[in-house]
Amino acid sequence: MISPGPFFLDQIFFIVAPYVAIIIFLLVSIRRYRTEAFTFSSLSSQFLENQHHFWGLVPFHFGIITVLLGHVIAFLIPREILAWNSHPVRLYVLEGTAFVAALLTMLGLTSLIIRRVTDPKVKKVTSWADWVVFGSFVVQILSGVYVALFHSWGSSWFAALAAPYLWSLVTLTPDITYVTAMPWMVKIHIISAWLMIAFAPFTRLVHILVVPNPYLWRKPQVVRWYAAWRAFRA
Amino acid sequence: MNVRSQISMVFHLDKCIGCHTCSIACKNIWTDRKGTEYMWWNNVETKPGTGFPTQWENQEKYRGGWELVNGKLQLKSTSKAKTLTNIFHNPSMPSMDDYYEPWTYKYDELFNAPEGSDQPTARPISMVTGEYINVEAGPNWDDDLGGSPVYAESDPNLKGLTEEQRQQLFAIERLVFFYFPRICNHCLNPSCVAACPSGALYKRGEDGIVLIDQKRCRGWRACVAACPYKKTFYNWSTGKSEKCVLCYPRLETGQAPACFHSCVGRIRYLGVLLYDADRIEEVAKLPNEQLIDGHRSLVLNPNDPAVIAAARQNGIHDSVIESAQQSPVYKFVKEWKLALPPHIEFRTLPMLYYVPPMSPVMAQREDDTVSSVSSEFFHDIEQSRVPLQFMANLFGAGHQGKVVYALKKQKAIRTYRRAKTVGDITMDVAERMLREADCTVEEAEAIYKLTSLCTFEERFVIPPMHREEAIEMMREPSEHKTSVGFGFMDAPQRGL
Repeated sequence: MISPGPFFLDQIFFIVAPYVAIIIFLLVSIRRYRTEAFTFSSLSSQFLENQHHFWGLVPFHFGIITVLLGHVIAFLIPREILAWNSHPVRLYVLEGTAFVAALLTMLGLTSLIIRRVTDPKVKKVTSWADWVVFGSFVVQILSGVYVALFHSWGSSWFAALAAPYLWSLVTLTPDITYVTAMPWMVKIHIISAWLMIAFAPFTRLVHILVVPNPYLWRKPQVVRWYAAWRAFRA
Repeated sequence: MNVRSQISMVFHLDKCIGCHTCSIACKNIWTDRKGTEYMWWNNVETKPGTGFPTQWENQEKYRGGWELVNGKLQLKSTSKAKTLTNIFHNPSMPSMDDYYEPWTYKYDELFNAPEGSDQPTARPISMVTGEYINVEAGPNWDDDLGGSPVYAESDPNLKGLTEEQRQQLFAIERLVFFYFPRICNHCLNPSCVAACPSGALYKRGEDGIVLIDQKRCRGWRACVAACPYKKTFYNWSTGKSEKCVLCYPRLETGQAPACFHSCVGRIRYLGVLLYDADRIEEVAKLPNEQLIDGHRSLVLNPNDPAVIAAARQNGIHDSVIESAQQSPVYKFVKEWKLALPPHIEFRTLPMLYYVPPMSPVMAQREDDTVSSVSSEFFHDIEQSRVPLQFMANLFGAGHQGKVVYALKKQKAIRTYRRAKTVGDITMDVAERMLREADCTVEEAEAIYKLTSLCTFEERFVIPPMHREEAIEMMREPSEHKTSVGFGFMDAPQRGL
């Protein structure tokens, strides 16, 4: 599968890197959850600085969730996306929404970085890992926005080219013919995504894994009984 | 009837001297760690005053507790839908500015100061940033400033008081205050628990203590916003929330919580109350004026054979039922009706009750003459230095009835004891007052005894907590110890 030749580096970046990243992600997340549950936290700094916080956190999160969701949907249902895009108006709506979300993310991230640097209290709770997270987001978002601007109609070619590549990884029959021909900025975007997945479980990004969805269906009050444990163990 | 047991508390405010010993005992045991310096799980406030965090009772600002919307009980700060949209930025979250920035002093500057003509000083530095700061707020910044226009007048409980009632506060030397010590109320309908997106907060079934599971807390901060008493705190260093644990490790070994144990004025009482868990929601929905009676009706008589049978059926140990029968809290709350819940209109059904303080005006000076202000030996309750409406806002959901009842009974007992020991009041007068205050001679003696001559064992009737039934004891202890050790094994440190 992997052979020396003109595409050797591409094979490292687009076949080896994703598998290594996903394996690291799974193993480290599970180990951290099992042995260091205490470190799973959003590590909020709202308590230390409550004004600037809103203008960074809210646009960033809503933006990035929209953008990420777009990628996931195009990966899951590429045919339907292509069908949707067959009408120019619908294509413009989709691309426009995605671009606005990307801008929101970028503005939010800028605001967050400024907050981290300027507020003395927030600076105090900022670790080196936070800077790695910020740095990788900067690379990821800038490359993404560049691609959106200069390699137009990404929603269509993602569905046509990137989705088959990702599916080839899922089905363990990696096929990089689609990506080797991509512009270099797209390649950077993909490689940095694999890097982010690899180091996410070491950083504060683990809070994504503990999104509190059970709140939507649990009862308001929680009572824990020793007796319940006793029954459970018996 | 679904009988459960709850460790409950009474603070007798008439005995509180505001010494803050409780706060220090708690601080030394629980909150002297990084990130918790600003927390006071136990604090003592001066009333009228703004409290800690500043104006915590003002729910227009903090949006804590429950509200009735179209007959349904809803959290003021959040809902299922809002939890998702507000999870990134909680609009009801107080910030450190609402509490205070903890500080210490640069003591080494005292020792290392070069020789000179100036007195060396230790300047205050922030315990968050380590930089020099100007100290502008503290946990009891308005301590003893009852007459201060800056602090006392910002007390949310003064809302709805007439100008005349306000003037009553300043009748003597323009100053009046009493102390209001606060810990977590370990409520029956805790809004912190209901707000937690992660389900990390829980009420212990066996004793009702409300705790935060540190391994499940994700720092979404909803509990801090939802608690109307602001008794859950966010640890800015670990990214987890923390709260009063009612010293459960002490309770489990038969010791009173540190703040109770250390109380100099002996104002604190602790004991078991049995209550009917099936009726919590129904009571929490009652209109304001019925809340106190409803809350009291949740508490069951531990001597009633039907209650005992139902308690046994629910697996409540006989030793706990016995403890409930001895409970000083049951007497204060249910038999004597002296103790009242704080701000029951927040609808969390707090299980910490307060005996409202007397603030007698015995005489007034006009020019050079001192004249008694009452025809009776003690003052008229209506003429108390702290206006009744203020007390009612604090302990009666705005209604004076229950507060007047508790104060009148206290006054009658004082008169009765005076008649008995000093004799300058006739027993006829004293007994008439007792009757008017709905109190028998036996009851008066019992209240007198438990108020002024109470022993350690009478104040703290701690039920056996049956640790042999606890989670950790489900396995062979020696095997358990070698596999996980005892207690919290991860270092409670901030993750990357």
